Amino acid sequence: MILQEQLDKFSFKYTLEGPGMVHFTDNIPMHDYKLLQQQLQHYGIEIVDNQKAIMVQKIKAAILAMLAEKDMPLIKISTYLAKQLNENYRTLSNVFTEVCHISIESFIIIQKIEKVKQLLVNESLSLTEISFLMNYSSVAHLSNQFKKITGFNPTVFQKVLQNKRALNNNIN
Amino acid sequence: MDPEKLYILLAEDDQDDRRFFKKVFDSLKITHTLSMCEDGLELMAYLDDTDKLPHIIFLDINMPGKSGMECLRAIRSNSRYRDTTIAMYSSMSSEDTVEESFVRGANIFIKKPNDFDKLKKILTEVTYINWQYVTDGLNRENYMINYYTNVPDKFL
Repeated sequence: MILQEQLDKFSFKYTLEGPGMVHFTDNIPMHDYKLLQQQLQHYGIEIVDNQKAIMVQKIKAAILAMLAEKDMPLIKISTYLAKQLNENYRTLSNVFTEVCHISIESFIIIQKIEKVKQLLVNESLSLTEISFLMNYSSVAHLSNQFKKITGFNPTVFQKVLQNKRALNNNIN
Repeated sequence: MDPEKLYILLAEDDQDDRRFFKKVFDSLKITHTLSMCEDGLELMAYLDDTDKLPHIIFLDINMPGKSGMECLRAIRSNSRYRDTTIAMYSSMSSEDTVEESFVRGANIFIKKPNDFDKLKKILTEVTYINWQYVTDGLNRENYMINYYTNVPDKFL
């Protein structure tokens, strides 16, 4: 079988799930993916897969890498992503919303607030420290965004979570 | 590993409310399955019986037989459901009930507005945000969203 023959030339882990259906266990580097695509093309085999899902994964990875940086880049996020993915922002934005049901902007806010929550409850940093770390222009801006997304004031959130942990510790 | 379909379970004793919830979920673009139970006892029996775990359970707090709060405690005492989101809702509730819900492990609290459009907005946002928790594996302990006073304002 040509497909299997070609696949075995690479070091991917995969399973054949029916005629012409391949499941890859791990992520495949884009470079190898393109090579495989070329190889298969020789035999008239085309890869039909979910390119949109792949693009979304890359967008998410770029955003998460950006948020994980100590000093977050101060350039506009749209410029940053367009550059990172070498694709115009409108395309990225449309595909993202289509696949994820939320906008890139909402995704970033959700991820930022997730990080704020972690810093708040695990590192016990003050709101001032957190707003500085996370590039918020002020504590008020941070608190407002937090409230908008979670419905809680940050300090109330912290208190409720402490009560929840205390209850769990009592049970266990 | 991405789940393809969102699985929603609803426990609600009022027939009109069940119909309304269904209408809202039907209007969402996300592919989903919706199952409904008519009270807390039926919900718990249903959960014991099923192999397929719901991604999210909407629980009416005021139900005859077994209340939403009792269901919450029962569900959260079983680790099988640790990745299942629980959204509590009620039309009348005190802030104490809200806090108790979260402390007992609820992820979402909705004070049901009288306005249908507002409820639709909330349910839409809850569903889409929950989808991010399903697909991106966000921290579940920190997953608490309170719609006691908040009504989403074109956030998504």
